[in-house]
Amino acid sequence: MITTLNELKTGQSGIIISYNGKGELRKHLMEMGFVRGSNIEVKRIAPLGDPMEVKIKGYSISLRKEEAVNIEIEVT
Amino acid sequence: MEKIKIALAGNPNVGKSTLFNQLTGMKQHVGNWPGKTVEKKEGSFKYKGNEFDVIDLPGNYSLTAYSVEEIVSRDYIVNENPDVIVNIVDAGNLERNLYLTVQMIELGANLVLALNMNKFADEKGFNIDTDKLSELLGIPVIKIEAVDKTGFNKLMKNVLEVSKSPNDVSGRIEYGHEISEHVEQLEEIINKNISTINAPSSWTALKLLEEDKEVVKKIEESQNGQKVLSEVKKIQKHLNDVFGDDVDTTVTDARYGFIAGLIQESVQKPKIDKVTRSDLIDRVVTNKYLGLPIFLFIMWLTFEITFTVGAPFQDLIDAGFSGLGGVISAYLGDGFLSSLLVDGVIGGVGGVAVFIPMIFLLFLMLSILEDSGYMARAAFVMDKVMHKLVGLHGKSFIPMILGFGCCVPGIMATRTLENEKDRFLTMLIVPFMSCSARLPVYALFVAAFFSAYQGWVLFSIYLLGIVVAILVASLFKKTLFKGMSSPFVMELPPYRRPTVKGALIHMWERGYLFIRKMGTVILAFSILIWILSSLPVGVEYASQGSITGHLGTVIAPVFAPLGFGDWQSSVALIFGFFAKEVVVSTFGSLYSVGDDGGALSAALQGTFTPLTAYGFMVFVLLYIPCLATFTAIRRETNSWKWPLFSAGFSLVIAWVAAFIIYHGGLLLGFG
Repeated sequence: MITTLNELKTGQSGIIISYNGKGELRKHLMEMGFVRGSNIEVKRIAPLGDPMEVKIKGYSISLRKEEAVNIEIEVT
Repeated sequence: MEKIKIALAGNPNVGKSTLFNQLTGMKQHVGNWPGKTVEKKEGSFKYKGNEFDVIDLPGNYSLTAYSVEEIVSRDYIVNENPDVIVNIVDAGNLERNLYLTVQMIELGANLVLALNMNKFADEKGFNIDTDKLSELLGIPVIKIEAVDKTGFNKLMKNVLEVSKSPNDVSGRIEYGHEISEHVEQLEEIINKNISTINAPSSWTALKLLEEDKEVVKKIEESQNGQKVLSEVKKIQKHLNDVFGDDVDTTVTDARYGFIAGLIQESVQKPKIDKVTRSDLIDRVVTNKYLGLPIFLFIMWLTFEITFTVGAPFQDLIDAGFSGLGGVISAYLGDGFLSSLLVDGVIGGVGGVAVFIPMIFLLFLMLSILEDSGYMARAAFVMDKVMHKLVGLHGKSFIPMILGFGCCVPGIMATRTLENEKDRFLTMLIVPFMSCSARLPVYALFVAAFFSAYQGWVLFSIYLLGIVVAILVASLFKKTLFKGMSSPFVMELPPYRRPTVKGALIHMWERGYLFIRKMGTVILAFSILIWILSSLPVGVEYASQGSITGHLGTVIAPVFAPLGFGDWQSSVALIFGFFAKEVVVSTFGSLYSVGDDGGALSAALQGTFTPLTAYGFMVFVLLYIPCLATFTAIRRETNSWKWPLFSAGFSLVIAWVAAFIIYHGGLLLGFG
């Protein structure tokens, strides 16, 4: 199943298919490991529903859902 | 013997500062990078008769032009050409950490790789073959533990060797045939046409293909630049067609591809990730129901410790300065010099010196929160509130909360924000948080005019401060900081036990800057105000006949539309710039009632009505950051522009708010 990162629930994981859009933040995140083929897991979502914490390349990072929309995931 | 110049580089949260502190001890100097608000730490040490100068580069994930910190780091590597760069790497997080390593190799840096925090990697079940990794990268790889200096001898031995005979890393990094071929092609074109760039031309070629803004600009400005850029366009188009993606993405993919290969050959990992201690803590600390209460509790605790533990020391310093003033008055009698020292220097500097214990304690608490990893969680929990309400980063919450105690530590706490614009905007709104120094002013007026509704009136003032901060922030977001995105991307590092040494060094290096400023800027301002209050010669200090008194009389009409156009109020407000609580003592001396609170209340009741009193309180809340805050903003932004701007617009806002209250009140019949 293909979906975007923001749709994933806590505990779900998948593989990054593509990171859409342009801009510096995208570039920055790609350099932090959000590249095609990376495994990604949603660790938790903040108490107020945003941002989300994901695990990628073995470390934890948080990002807002408004950015996660751009990241396409193949759910595993 | 020539000194060896080394730099420390690495991702944030990998123990870089710890290594720096262990190497240099207290022999370090903290300043700013020229023209930037990025902290620059330098130090020196000796090893086996060799002298080392060491620079702690900002913590970076990469060397693109994403942030000021990244630009600072790579400009340093290109222009200063350090003998060796020690690249500290989190052993439990190799893949992402090596991305920076690869970029530094591209840039031609002479590296030694220091694997830190191996215990965490062991816990995760990683088995790293350092020899293999070293062989593949062509640079020494050494396991260390920065906290207890494990492996330091071996590290320094390698640093020394590499400083004498630099690594040969040519051809180590592979991006795949297609990319490499075109990078080489572009490299030749650059070599032929451009001679003004310090950096290796292979790096320049790569950066041009990646459309790095800074590098493209440099090429545009050089002779034959256009020729090179048109070649770049051609190659980009070609690679675009081949890979079906922009070159930017392709190159990033390629770097991670190369790193994946390295890891494959040198690291054994367990198939399934183990549950770590950090994970267990986070299940509680960022829990859906417990997250917010825990955050509020920790904030309350920070506040309590800073202000409660600090209070007795504050009283001690206050008493010390008063005592000193008494001694000087007794010794010198009434005279010019005595007044200068007592009213000017001691009054001014002493008024700010009382903040020292608080500031040191605050920095201690902040270092503990930061070093332990909780700060990142606090921002994670609070981000939505801050983002929706004021369009800021979750971390901005902490300076604002601290502002209720004292704006000076609040301003200084903005250091924890990575984004410069976030930092500036937060600094502009922190002074609207009603600090504890404003409380004596409210207490005086509330007791004199609102004895029946004390709590409500006080609460409304505090609330007004918050509302104004939110409004101002959204106004600035739409104008001054237009287009500011302040994205929330933040690593959540594993929890760690903060070290005593680390926390103390943090506290000292930040607190010391404040002390040094007190000796210069604040002293100068204090003397200036004293001079204005003592001239012309022979006049009573700060009376209507003094320049300050005249000034008060001259500016009084400005406040007339607000309902307090008497010269005493104006003088009190001028002195309030020193420290807001000084408004109270100034009224005391202007009405010649001294410390007698009852008599002062009576005198004020003769001048103010409840409506103008409320307007006056609002004005005091909003009108100007006090001298200490002003100085803190000056220091943190590294410019006079921001504190002056902050003072200017808050004066306007205060005036407008007080005007609305006074005339609105009159219309509603509260006159």
